Amino acid sequence: MSRGLRLIPIILLISVVVGFAWRIVRPPDPAVPSQLISRPLPQFALPAALPAKPGLKSADLATGEPRLLNVFASWCVPCADEAEVLGELRQRGVKIDAIAIRDTPMAISAFLARHGDPYDRIGADARSSVQISLGSSGVPETFVIDGRGVMRHQYLGPLTQANIPGVLQQLDEAR
Amino acid sequence: MIAEAGLAALWLAAGLAGYQLLLMIMALRSEVAVTRTMRAVAVVQGALTLVAFTMLLVVFARSDMSVALVFANSNSAKPFIYKVAGAWGNHEGSMLLWVTILAVAGAFLGLFSRRTTERTLVAGLGSQSVLALGFYAFLLLASNPFDRLAPAPANGQGLNPLLQDPGLAFHPPTLYLGYVGLSVAFSLAVGALLTGEVDSRLARAMRPWVLGAWILLTLGITAGSYWAYYELGWGGYWFWDPVENASLMPWLAATALLHSLNVLAARGALKAWTMMLAVIAFSMSMVGTFLVRSGILTSVHAFAIDPGRGAFLLALLAIYVGAAFVLFAVRGATLKEGAPFELVSRETGLVINNLLLSVILGIVFLGTLYPLLVEAVSGEKLSVGAPYFNAVAGPLALVLAVLVGVGPLLSWRRERRPVLKHLRVPALVGATALTITVILWPSIGILPRLGLGVGAFLAGAGILPLVGRNPLRAPLATWGMVVAHIGIAVALAGMAANGAFTRERLAVANPGQTLSVGPWLVQLQDVTPTAGKNWTAVEAELRASRGAGPVFLKPQTRYFTDPPTETNEAAIRTFWNGQLYTVVGKADPGGGWQLRLWWKPFVTLIWLGGAMIALGGALALLGRLLRQRRRGGASKDWRRERYA
Repeated sequence: MSRGLRLIPIILLISVVVGFAWRIVRPPDPAVPSQLISRPLPQFALPAALPAKPGLKSADLATGEPRLLNVFASWCVPCADEAEVLGELRQRGVKIDAIAIRDTPMAISAFLARHGDPYDRIGADARSSVQISLGSSGVPETFVIDGRGVMRHQYLGPLTQANIPGVLQQLDEAR
Repeated sequence: MIAEAGLAALWLAAGLAGYQLLLMIMALRSEVAVTRTMRAVAVVQGALTLVAFTMLLVVFARSDMSVALVFANSNSAKPFIYKVAGAWGNHEGSMLLWVTILAVAGAFLGLFSRRTTERTLVAGLGSQSVLALGFYAFLLLASNPFDRLAPAPANGQGLNPLLQDPGLAFHPPTLYLGYVGLSVAFSLAVGALLTGEVDSRLARAMRPWVLGAWILLTLGITAGSYWAYYELGWGGYWFWDPVENASLMPWLAATALLHSLNVLAARGALKAWTMMLAVIAFSMSMVGTFLVRSGILTSVHAFAIDPGRGAFLLALLAIYVGAAFVLFAVRGATLKEGAPFELVSRETGLVINNLLLSVILGIVFLGTLYPLLVEAVSGEKLSVGAPYFNAVAGPLALVLAVLVGVGPLLSWRRERRPVLKHLRVPALVGATALTITVILWPSIGILPRLGLGVGAFLAGAGILPLVGRNPLRAPLATWGMVVAHIGIAVALAGMAANGAFTRERLAVANPGQTLSVGPWLVQLQDVTPTAGKNWTAVEAELRASRGAGPVFLKPQTRYFTDPPTETNEAAIRTFWNGQLYTVVGKADPGGGWQLRLWWKPFVTLIWLGGAMIALGGALALLGRLLRQRRRGGASKDWRRERYA
């Protein structure tokens, strides 16, 4: 075997070891981003989660004005933390719609009474089917939707105070 | 005290491994006679690791919760057998098992190896100690299995219920024996590259180790596949999961090595290639262990550990494999190739076998690491699954299976006889099988269809090495080869039949309702709660019939409390022509129960074939060892023996 051939395994080994080392230093991020970013939302129509508020259909998210779409659940602990941030965004004039995942009207109204209600509409997704079609893998998640109903950005996990300027800017850009 | 005794034994063993390293360096620099000392130290080192591992078994058997590892992985309510199995059902314990097997293999090498020259043996034993030394350091510095907890807690945290299964209690040790058995081939190859004595004697010294390791890997993979099939409740026998691939890759390399060793033993050819394979086979074992133990790839088998340990294991892997590759790059060129051979010869057949196996190995390696590669380069996440592996490795495996039928008929050096004539009958059988599938089942996939045809061909061709001679006088090794090759045909037929004819049904059923799957009518009769020692369950009663008398199956979903987990216990009934596989799932909110039903014709052939392959290996190993004994000590035995 020629020298070049005999060096191939060493080169292979080095690249594999570098790959492994990188993985150890940066452990796998279990978050899975949606494949729909920069694409139109799928068509859906969810019933109202609360008697007092309208449900949510995809057309509501393409009204010419950028909005946030928040995927949440009353049983989700990080969602309660996030409520404050959503409330602040709401005060700054951001329009927020929501999808409640596997939830009941009683539990949702109790959650909103306790943590504040930033939502214009709430659709009830009892079987997570719309959540899955959005490419959302957990709660809470927040999508920035532009006026034409195209998904622009996705936030996995709760929004924090630190996210507020970024979200506002992205909504501006989506205009 | 028991835990401390184990720890002390481990430290002593590490010291002896260091001493062996010194002895090896002395012996290679000057002509000091250290062989006897090397052999003795290797044996003592192996015994010490056995003591350490036994101590770990004892603390687990007694549920000594003052040992941190027992606390984290055991529970006094567990059945006794799983208490003991808990010793290796965790990170530290399994690494101790790993190093124990490594050192005991070294001890056996020291006790029994008479075939290689003394210098190569010394270098090989030294290499084996260096391997062990790294893993001792890992255990003692980063991953001590004997750490104490003060104060001792009242009860432990339990063992993952999926692992509370007799199959799985013995599955990891079998695979480990196979993985680590290959370490001897690695060490002997490194030793021979150091001394420059790569010849047929070395191949014969290596062969029993590779054969033994290969048998255990075959058994481990077959058993693991069956375990996944009945325990995970999804009716699949192979998922191309990274950890499964981690066991398949050493097997592929060992299979190639096994065949190239025969060329080296019989003809003195393929020296550099065989040494490379010996290095790669154990490297793949280490990569496999690293993948499993570091949890860096997403897998159903993921065992997450802290980055420090992962980095330690990675450093060991890089040093050992890197050193061996560098040694190979430096010394490989000095190896003189042995006797030449012509285009149509058994050597050529085995070279093609090796090339195909290596390409399949490369495909599996690439597919397993590709997600990591892509994410490192572009940040994009993806996973590689059955569609890639089946489409790319499947056709190659079929080509290989055809050649398996041809290769053993060729003679060494050059083939003068009209071999194709012998193959007429098997070829006819294969073509007939293919035609039948086309007529009866026009819509099945191309791979399963070809699988059935090739399986039929190989079943016929595999037996030819015994035809035309007195089968009772054929060497045991030839019998082994025939059984293993027919085993491939059997497993292939099982896979093809499963792929082509499986029928499945997923439905929600109320008690009293009847579902059909394949030829079966399955009635859900009742769903009742039940309980075991450390679990509760819901159990469905199914009545299945296909014309003749009914059979009853009772699948369960079990709920374990420590730690809280849920498992599906499939109920499987085996018939001569297939298996009826039933799983009960959750209660549906709308009433009724989720049932998953499969009819899998001839699926059992897959594991029967796997067992035959292992049995063939065992026959060959037995044949070689008996022949060695009959010749009265192997030290004189380096005349060229005619293979098969």
